[in-house]
Amino acid sequence: MSDEALSEEAMQNEVVEVRVHTDPVEEAVERLTERFPEVVEDPRPDFGGYMVPANQIRDVAAYVRDELGFDYLSSVTGLDLIDEGKMEVVYHTYSIDKGGSALVLKVHVDREEPTVPSLTPMWPGADFQEREIWDLYGINFEGHPDQRRILLWDGFEGHPMRKDWHEPFYEEEHKPFGSRWPGGEVFRAEERNPYGKNVQYPAGWQPESLEFNPDTEVYAGMTVTREATPGLKTEKVTVNMGPQHPSTHGVFRMVVTLDGETVLKLEPVMGYLHRNHEQIGERNTFIQNIPFTDRLDYLSSMGNNHGYVLAVEQLLGSKVPERAEWIRILMVELNRISNHAWALGFLLNDMGAFQTPALYMITERELIVDFFEATAGSRMMCNYMRFGGVAYDLPTEFRGQPTMEFLDELIYEQIPRFIEEMDVYLTNNEIVRARGIGVGTLSAEEAIAYSTAGPVLRASGVPYDVRRAEPYSYYDELDFDIAVFYNGDVYDRYLVRIEEMRQSVRILKQILPHLRSTMGAPIVEGKPQYAIRVPRGGDAYGRVENPKGELGFYITAKTRSSNPERYHVRAPSFINLTALGKMCRGHKVADIVTILGSIDIVLGEVDR
Amino acid sequence: MATEALTSDVPVPDELRSNVFVTSLDKVYNWGRRNSVWPMVFGLACCAIEMICTAASRYDLARFGMEVFRATPRQSDLMIVSGTVTKKMVPTIVRLYNQMPEPRYVLSMGACASGGGPFKEGYHVVDGIDKFVPVDVYVPGCPPTPQALINGLIALQEKIDQQSILTAPWYRKDTPSELVPIPALGPDLVDLRQLDIIRRHAGTVQEHTITELAQKTD
Ligand code: SF4
Repeated sequence: MSDEALSEEAMQNEVVEVRVHTDPVEEAVERLTERFPEVVEDPRPDFGGYMVPANQIRDVAAYVRDELGFDYLSSVTGLDLIDEGKMEVVYHTYSIDKGGSALVLKVHVDREEPTVPSLTPMWPGADFQEREIWDLYGINFEGHPDQRRILLWDGFEGHPMRKDWHEPFYEEEHKPFGSRWPGGEVFRAEERNPYGKNVQYPAGWQPESLEFNPDTEVYAGMTVTREATPGLKTEKVTVNMGPQHPSTHGVFRMVVTLDGETVLKLEPVMGYLHRNHEQIGERNTFIQNIPFTDRLDYLSSMGNNHGYVLAVEQLLGSKVPERAEWIRILMVELNRISNHAWALGFLLNDMGAFQTPALYMITERELIVDFFEATAGSRMMCNYMRFGGVAYDLPTEFRGQPTMEFLDELIYEQIPRFIEEMDVYLTNNEIVRARGIGVGTLSAEEAIAYSTAGPVLRASGVPYDVRRAEPYSYYDELDFDIAVFYNGDVYDRYLVRIEEMRQSVRILKQILPHLRSTMGAPIVEGKPQYAIRVPRGGDAYGRVENPKGELGFYITAKTRSSNPERYHVRAPSFINLTALGKMCRGHKVADIVTILGSIDIVLGEVDR
Repeated sequence: MATEALTSDVPVPDELRSNVFVTSLDKVYNWGRRNSVWPMVFGLACCAIEMICTAASRYDLARFGMEVFRATPRQSDLMIVSGTVTKKMVPTIVRLYNQMPEPRYVLSMGACASGGGPFKEGYHVVDGIDKFVPVDVYVPGCPPTPQALINGLIALQEKIDQQSILTAPWYRKDTPSELVPIPALGPDLVDLRQLDIIRRHAGTVQEHTITELAQKTD
């Protein structure tokens, strides 16, 4: 072999080697355990992550963020390990530059008076998540600037996610409840409650008439001061927006302190749609949770299903047949388009283009929603994915047309035409530009520090997309670009969504041939199962790039159990809201609604 | 609307002859009301999305004169409770209901608003808005499709047709418009109409009631 050929071979080898995916976590862990010898791998079998002593978590977090480059604190989860008498906090950190999987840090503290140092001062994105854990678990975050309840109200009795706290309609820890199955008895829970309602009161509690001024709760924040800006006669007013307000996109409330028209401080108040998703999820069996995930971000139920089944499939070790994967991508990408169409329509609404653009977008969305209905049986709550596959194959016919023909038309004509149409009419529209450019800016560093995800993160110039950073399904085989813009304002968030729809169309075009060639192939692994038990316990974290951002499911289970022990949702809408106050500061009242619209929240996911 | 041409001895000018109709006051009154029911812009959860779709061009609520969604309760006739009612939200809903002028109607859209729905067992969910405000029409579904919602609205129109201006409570002096006391947020949601029962039960922990009762019936 000549030298030239040899070096060519070496070069090829090199190329191959570069493409081999080195896991950034392994390398980071080596350095971490060297620097902090107390940090050890989670000793429990099948649990991943690294145990950090509570008093070191700040130092470890700072090291992980600044030295190891895991600068994105994606998710903070609280757990109640009642059997061990411990409380746990789990941190999922990612490296924005290197991508890959998470470096998971875990802190165990005593169950009596659990206290963990707060990470909010260094990672503002932890703010709401820590408040939520305080609210639901009563874990005290030392050094948190504003530790109050977030989903429930002050004065609520107890921390409801603790395993020894029971709701008024409590029957048993896990479903199926013995009272209902296999006997098949049906009763209404309220008939067995002395108040006929879903309520309970602590022992010995007597209602005092003084407590009941509901106005104090709703208008607590309203103050008027005459504190004038020096040299200028202005008034500071605190105004309440929501929870019933036409442009808060649901039951969301903001308390805004204004100086004239200018926002000095904005504080989101939430919990008005707190539906106890996680607690119900821990009572449910694994498969019962799939329809519940539909109702998280109810505009993108397919994506929610996907994230959840990915997490449970890790525990089950399922293999998904090829056709099912292609169908999943088809559904998820169509869902992305329909979600963005909705989001942009209502963003335009918030900008003052009242109704007209939204009506056009809803009409286009209906096409996709109809297709979901034909395939999954429901327009919005699709309940479509299963562990190891999907529930049904595509219909053979749709609207009197063979399905593949319909999809061709949809993907090659209707959707692209609609995107272009919108682009032509709106992108250079004077009002859209005036209301969008320079409004609600968030720099790349801030976007990462606030743990924002999805279009908000990418509009700030951070090219992070889970489909590329940690590819799941067949995304690594597909050709598409991450939509990134660099100004981090409302206008760029608008542009990111338009571009993402184009990229989704690009993906959809690539999967059509696969759908054709796998016609008739199995869509689920083995026989469909209902009573699923996980062969191994431990924890799993499944994440997907949902239209709103990174949606993650953190699940722990005992070996051979049919219910999750802990079921936590990393909800992108919720965490993106952490940055809302920052984005709105200094802008006018009217900009608040556009900024909120540009984040694109869904309350089902914010409050869960 | 059933109409009859005017036949009487009163001299009627020719140009008016084909333009005057006689009907009952109730019919005119209800005809006007049933075709201009203004709902309140009031979305609670997932069902609200289907409500918006119903109002959009494809299902076109304008056909029923109901497309005028008002953002304030003072201008609306109908409250569509579209979604899960939570304990934190219910004081606001009751307040909004109280602020609506008579005649007012409540349509409970979806499983959640009607009875708690899939989230009924949750600790923060109200098991049906009818525990607090009177409901006129229930629409089942999770979420109800736009067709189902339209069906519910037609049922409401039929209800309106049945009402008479003579007996309608909102014109009578002896039946003042009923205000629902706004529930309060104590250690749990407190319905002020139930204070007596709450006092009576004080001192007992309620959380095991259901299980114990369930065991008794076994
Ligand atoms: S009934 Fe179903 S769709 Fe409607 S709010 Fe409840 S969960 Fe959502």
